[in-house]
Amino acid sequence: MGKYLLIETRDPFDSSDVQRSYDLAGGLADEKNDVTVFLVQNGVLPTRKASAAADAVTQLCSKATVLADDFSLRERGIQKGELVKGVKPTSIDDLVDLVADDGRKVIWH
Amino acid sequence: MTKTLTIALMDPPYETETTTTAFRLIDAALRKGHKVNVFAYEGAVNLTMADQAPHPNPVKGTSAEEEDHPTTKDWVAAMFQAYPGKLDWVNCGLCVDERGAGNVIEGAQRGAPKQFAEWSEASDATLVIPAK
Repeated sequence: MGKYLLIETRDPFDSSDVQRSYDLAGGLADEKNDVTVFLVQNGVLPTRKASAAADAVTQLCSKATVLADDFSLRERGIQKGELVKGVKPTSIDDLVDLVADDGRKVIWH
Repeated sequence: MTKTLTIALMDPPYETETTTTAFRLIDAALRKGHKVNVFAYEGAVNLTMADQAPHPNPVKGTSAEEEDHPTTKDWVAAMFQAYPGKLDWVNCGLCVDERGAGNVIEGAQRGAPKQFAEWSEASDATLVIPAK
């Protein structure tokens, strides 16, 4: 089993690549890998229940661990109660721990 | 446990939010006691240009001091100062020459992509942060 960290900085409405990134995460998880997706910058925008992209995030949460940068959420005025179920607000310190985790492959998009 | 992280940056200053995120990540890693190597490639070599200066806002009529905008060279200098011996910063030499960005803050060094390869081999983790 491999360990992966996908860092997603973009909003699906800014870049259609984002769905590919979610698909990659889901595919790796389907193959029994340990997958964490860290959403940061505009990558946190689809975590709102009100977003038209929220279903894609919900689907992602069913397969992988989905974290959202608390600083990016705060900057955009997104409250914890607005988040799709399964998305966990977290700090940049946790991102450091994931990047430094032995054997974890990291992809920034 | 202290580890060594190597991070490649490519975005120029004042262009994208990625620079802010990268600085937050580097600072957090250093605060946790890790050693961090940064290889600045392409436009990222401008992050450490010593000639950067904050500017006033003529629309609002405020001075540079009142605006108090941080420059990227000050952010990097602050990290060198806060975590002595823990941060290595190398700018790609060819990228520096192309951009005339040779006047850098104390601590930033000139190098080549070979440095990035050597750092990656010797590091516990490598993160490439590409330009959009």
